[in-house]
Amino acid sequence: MALKLRDFTRWSEAPAKDVDTASTPKVNVLRGLAARATTPLLPDDYLKLLNPLWSARELRGEVVDVRKETEDSATVTIKPGWGFSGDYQPGQYVGIGLRIDGRWHWRSYSLTSTPRRDKKLISITVKATPEGFLSTHLVNGVKSGTIVRLAAPRGDFALPDPPPTKLLLVTAGSGITPVMAMLRSLKQRGHDPDVVHIHSAPSADGVIFHDELQELDQGPSKYALRLRLTGEMGHLDFEAELDGLVPDWKDRPTWACGPPAMLDAIESVWTEAGAAGRLHMERFVIARTDKGGEGGTVTFALSDKTVEADGATSLLEAGEKVGIQMPFGCRMGICQTCVLPLESGHVRDFRSGIEHGEGDRIQACISAASGDCTLNI
Amino acid sequence: MAISDIKEYTHLTAEDVEELGRELDAIRTDIEESRGERDARYIRRAIQLQRGLAAGGRIALFGSRNKVAWTVGTGMLALAKIIENMELGHNITHGQWDWMNDPEIHSTEWEWDTTSPSVHWKKSHNFIHHKYTNIVGLDDDIGYGIMRLTRDQRWERWMIGNPIYNLLLGTLFEWGVAAHGLETTKFRKGEKSKGEVLKDLKIIGKKVGKQVGKDYVVFPALTGPAWKHTLGANAVANLIRNYWSYMVIFCGHFPDGAEKFTRAEYENETQAEWYLRQMLGSANFHAGPLMAFMSGNLCYQIEHHLFPDLPSNRYAEIGERVRALCEKYDLPYTTGPFLRQYSQSFWTIAKLALPNRFLKATSDDAPETNSELKFRIRAGVRETFGVDPKTGRRRGLRTALRELQTAGIAAA
Repeated sequence: MALKLRDFTRWSEAPAKDVDTASTPKVNVLRGLAARATTPLLPDDYLKLLNPLWSARELRGEVVDVRKETEDSATVTIKPGWGFSGDYQPGQYVGIGLRIDGRWHWRSYSLTSTPRRDKKLISITVKATPEGFLSTHLVNGVKSGTIVRLAAPRGDFALPDPPPTKLLLVTAGSGITPVMAMLRSLKQRGHDPDVVHIHSAPSADGVIFHDELQELDQGPSKYALRLRLTGEMGHLDFEAELDGLVPDWKDRPTWACGPPAMLDAIESVWTEAGAAGRLHMERFVIARTDKGGEGGTVTFALSDKTVEADGATSLLEAGEKVGIQMPFGCRMGICQTCVLPLESGHVRDFRSGIEHGEGDRIQACISAASGDCTLNI
Repeated sequence: MAISDIKEYTHLTAEDVEELGRELDAIRTDIEESRGERDARYIRRAIQLQRGLAAGGRIALFGSRNKVAWTVGTGMLALAKIIENMELGHNITHGQWDWMNDPEIHSTEWEWDTTSPSVHWKKSHNFIHHKYTNIVGLDDDIGYGIMRLTRDQRWERWMIGNPIYNLLLGTLFEWGVAAHGLETTKFRKGEKSKGEVLKDLKIIGKKVGKQVGKDYVVFPALTGPAWKHTLGANAVANLIRNYWSYMVIFCGHFPDGAEKFTRAEYENETQAEWYLRQMLGSANFHAGPLMAFMSGNLCYQIEHHLFPDLPSNRYAEIGERVRALCEKYDLPYTTGPFLRQYSQSFWTIAKLALPNRFLKATSDDAPETNSELKFRIRAGVRETFGVDPKTGRRRGLRTALRELQTAGIAAA
């Protein structure tokens, strides 16, 4: 009897088995049954016409508030729709899709809200950068009520629960955002580890969450802020200054987030000290390494097109250059939107240097040709 | 024997054809660069309208024992199915809206509301039909393997049933499209194994189960005592959709003036000649905005075949530019009233039930197919084609066809 019920449940949810659910997967039994009447669509595809948040086919949310943090940064608060699980870890990032002139553009941002709090709302804090088309839009252009797309939170830049008794946080600029989520959730969970936080920003006005950090620093907790205003004092030289600033840094598990140059410096200092195992880093921008392939002729089988690409050109860029509608998302190797099957040949992941061969599903945005290769698009 | 030398047939030089190709490329670039929010809103609203009609029709059919509710519900459902198949399904799976980067309106994700699985359709239609358009022996859409559509195809005894197959296909169109995915012509030629056919049959079976389940089990059951009426309404809605999409599609390549081609033409074809083949091989029909929408903008079949992946709402404006090019290169632009175009197709199919020896015209000079020999046979090769240095006007294919017509020799 139990077996039969399980079979019935499985049959019921079959059309909806891949749909994300916020609370319990059992919802998909109902969704799957209803989909027998709405096939080839899901009931969500009709319900979202009544309320855009009533669909879990694609995760989405509604912007409920945009609040300026500094001159060029803002916190965007979003009410997630169906299917979005509030069960993320502080420090993780979320993919945000925004429709601009008819096209969806995707980027990932660290969550600055804390899980299962904040009335089920999530927030991200975005700094507008001159080259950042989407970030500028989010800081200056997005209105309350705008519907955005969401990708489920991910990333392994997170604090363990419970946290270590002593830790070091190193951030710069908008690298503060994942760490702010960590600090907020430590406070909410009543944890009070010995935290030293080195944060760099050009000036006091430019420090995102300036007041909140100062408050934490002056409050009763064991949190200590070492603010570095680089406009006056220049960039921190980790090799020369770290021992003076945090004498026991080698013993502290460390979480670092900021621009690539800073992270590279930290990585080498920690590695030299044999402390690389205690270092956790989050990179916002992919640094193109010399790990690229040697280039070659890329063939797009279904589109019947070929292009010569060097080892520094992503397959995504190569495809777009010859006019192929390549699927794309974050363009930095995190959202998996651009994943394509590799028909033949070899490509190299230029972040990791790993070489992929025939039959692998590869991320087109961070892979370059390593000899001739063929993609099935 | 259909067209083997498209340049000779169109009275154009290789340079002319390349220039025409460049002008068509320019149209594509213009449209691609100007796609934006206006277009995105169009498709979103089309989807909203379609889903609204579908939901409204289904709800109305809960009262299907009432005659008015039955009629309204059936009408709305039929409209919803037509819009879904034509303007949404067909066009979205062509990738016309992929530029929006919206996974919910994307060629890789869309499954349409008919028994044919999208995955089969994308192969048989987007790939085979759009690449090999009207090449006898390569394009399965010339007769779909169940009819003789041009006298270039050798007559076989079973083809005597041509007009009956035609009407049956119109009635069972949805099922015909699904079966088309099996590629039975390839199977008959031995190019496809029985195992592969069975595999495809399984995929079709799964989709058929869902579609039939929805229209003939779930909704009748949901409407309880009215189940018989609902079942009938759903069947009628499917039937209306079948006849409508069949007629629209038959107006695309089967009316007079939609030319057929030989493999020889295809073998040495340039991209510009491919364009030219699409222009000559397709036919439009007259339509206002509503009719255009209900046909999925396939009243602009020529434009669709030139640019299968550009958004359908732009075909009307592309059409104006394509017409201007036809004017410039003195090329025919095949179009006409819907019913005339359809009846031409109908008559061609009916005639071709007979072997060629009972037909008056040859395959070099017939309503449904022509070849470059047409002009030699009838009038000798004229030396006076090309640009007239005095007037600057081009004398080309269209003029040649008109001259043959006014010469009073009509073929049938």
